[in-house]
Amino acid sequence: MKTKTTAMIAALTASVSLPSLAAAEDLTLCWAAWDPANALVELSKEFEAESGHTMNFEFVPWPNFADRMLNELNSGGKLCDLLIGDSQWIGGGAENGHYVKLNDFFDAEGISMDDFAPATVYAYSTWPKGTPNYYALPAMGDANGWFYRKDWFERDDIKAAYKEATGEDLREPQSQKELLQIAQFFQEREIDGKTVYGAAIFTERGSEGITMGVTSALYPWGFKYENTPGSYDMEGAVNSPEAVEALEFYKEFYQTATPPGYTNSYMGESLDAFKSGQVAMAMNWFAFFPGLYADPATGGDKIDFFVNPPQNQAASTLGGQGISVVAYSDKQDAALEYIKWFSNPDVQAKWWELGGYSAHNAVLNDPGFVASQPFAGDFLEAMDAVQDFWQEPAYAELLLAMQKRIHDYVVADQGTAQEALDKLIEDWTETFEDEGKL
Amino acid sequence: MSDGTMDRVARATPTKVARKIRGLSDRAIAWIFVAPTIFLLLAINIFPLIWTIQLSFTNYRANRVGREVKNIGLRNYERILTDSDIWLNMQATAHFLFWTIFFQVLIGFTLAYLINKNFRGSPFWTTVIVLPMMLSPAVVGNFWKFLYQPQIGLFNYIVSFFTGKDPSSFEMLGQVNLAPWSIVIVDTWMWTPFVMLICLAGLRSIPDYIYEAAEIDRASKLRQFFTITIPMVLPFLMLAVLFRGIENFKMFDLVVQLTGGGPGSTTELTSINLKREAFEKWRTGYASAYAIILFVTVFGLASIYVKALNNVKER
Repeated sequence: MKTKTTAMIAALTASVSLPSLAAAEDLTLCWAAWDPANALVELSKEFEAESGHTMNFEFVPWPNFADRMLNELNSGGKLCDLLIGDSQWIGGGAENGHYVKLNDFFDAEGISMDDFAPATVYAYSTWPKGTPNYYALPAMGDANGWFYRKDWFERDDIKAAYKEATGEDLREPQSQKELLQIAQFFQEREIDGKTVYGAAIFTERGSEGITMGVTSALYPWGFKYENTPGSYDMEGAVNSPEAVEALEFYKEFYQTATPPGYTNSYMGESLDAFKSGQVAMAMNWFAFFPGLYADPATGGDKIDFFVNPPQNQAASTLGGQGISVVAYSDKQDAALEYIKWFSNPDVQAKWWELGGYSAHNAVLNDPGFVASQPFAGDFLEAMDAVQDFWQEPAYAELLLAMQKRIHDYVVADQGTAQEALDKLIEDWTETFEDEGKL
Repeated sequence: MSDGTMDRVARATPTKVARKIRGLSDRAIAWIFVAPTIFLLLAINIFPLIWTIQLSFTNYRANRVGREVKNIGLRNYERILTDSDIWLNMQATAHFLFWTIFFQVLIGFTLAYLINKNFRGSPFWTTVIVLPMMLSPAVVGNFWKFLYQPQIGLFNYIVSFFTGKDPSSFEMLGQVNLAPWSIVIVDTWMWTPFVMLICLAGLRSIPDYIYEAAEIDRASKLRQFFTITIPMVLPFLMLAVLFRGIENFKMFDLVVQLTGGGPGSTTELTSINLKREAFEKWRTGYASAYAIILFVTVFGLASIYVKALNNVKER
């Protein structure tokens, strides 16, 4: 009798709760093709088992990711039900109606943005910036950081040579200028019979590479996009003396401390240069650090990590993404179910374990977090001082202008830093005028 | 009873259709036959062209569906024609166009002339020579990227072998002075066989008796070359130049693979710049005006050229 009653209660419960669940659907999640995406595939198996939905994935290589996905959104495509889109897309996603606004859903499901790191909520979820209008759940915290050949840094002969050359101890750089000094020390140095180079930095022209690289120097020098946030008054901010100095610094870095032929390089080239033992240091997104640490040739004891060094202030270039429900999807209920599941602290903890970067406070504030990975502490430090590019609906236009002006100056060696930044203001002013914001 | 093709077709036509057709004039039947083609032409060529012209006078953006579209007159044209960066793109395109055609004609004609001598193994060498143009531009771009790599690239080592320069001391794709030549070299490598094949067709179309008559008249080989070979191959050569000119004016894939338009904007050809404006910045109205300017340029130049080609053929 007891069994019968239990079964009846279970059936009743199921009949009450089922209508709120979407019927079993084939969901497609779109993201960039990189290490964390593989971790997400693994993680999502749990969701499939729990929900009965089937997860499909559309991963696009980074250089084509923005092109492909923004075209998909602009054409009202139904390829993606869920999209882990770049932080800069949030303005366009919200204003052009590509993303579903999640406020009501969050309220109904008890999902609080206070449970996530404030920097990630601000950058990945809100539009207009900083307002409580949410179009994404922080999915993947990320910032541009550095890694280096710890085994080389610890060698007595190299340490002695560095001391002799600079009068200082070889250590993790504490400033941008020290970073350059170390990179220049390693440039064209013979180590174990092989010529090695200083560092791999971002110089890619086609998508966002050189902008993400140069902002890692600009932000620590104090670069600002506007004098007053939201005013679009860029004169004196974008081309401030600090910004000019930082841009000149990045060019000097490119010219004196990178491998030959490093004229159009981004994430992949940085990883290749490091893994092949070509460079002593490299910049790249924290997202790659678990894979680098696990690499049998250059990982483990041979590698260590550091946060982007400060100069006038501590600052790192923001990466990472939020997960959004695509407004053109016919399976929004199931997609929202995925977001609800993903926001669960247990799922977030497993996400970090698998190699994803959770932005959930329950994970980040866990006492064991810093010791959980050799780069976990650096990640926390970086996320405390991240800055992002424009997140305006016209972000692509703003980004392409910066790509051109910076590449023209740094790689093609045309004009001066001051001219490059002055021209950048002209380009951006034209864009904001077209947008009706100036 | 005759049983020709026409009779069989007539018998196979259903009576109802045959009756209807019998009532139509020849002109009407002709229109029926050409109508699908005209419709297709209007739909996929003329309509987009007219629409593009219309868009070029607006501030339309294809990624802002709800935004008000304003007519801004000639503002887009004015912006483009006064933009110094676009003129630099035009210069880069002109440099690429001129030198690729120059080298392809020179080398292509020379190769065709040699192959036409029918030496032993010439069919084999013809096959080897035409191989590059059978490859995909994306593949060619990728492997030339490796060949140009300053540390491991074969190209740098070959240059180093002949000049004694350190292979890693120069970067074909990364130096402003070398990058424009690097794309010229690859395009020439890939498309010279095409010019060669057209020239070969021209050379083989010259009847032997003309040379025999010239021999009887004791014309020297050099004289034969300049008074028979060149004039008779010239229409073919000009056709090859027209094809390569139009093709290279819209060059995109190969250069994107090789340099992505860099370093800076040194190899950013107009087609790459246009794609960025249209499908990355989404300035649809502006890009439409840009496309119209390029279209008028190519159309104008091609018209003049075709007229010259006809004059040569009539001589």
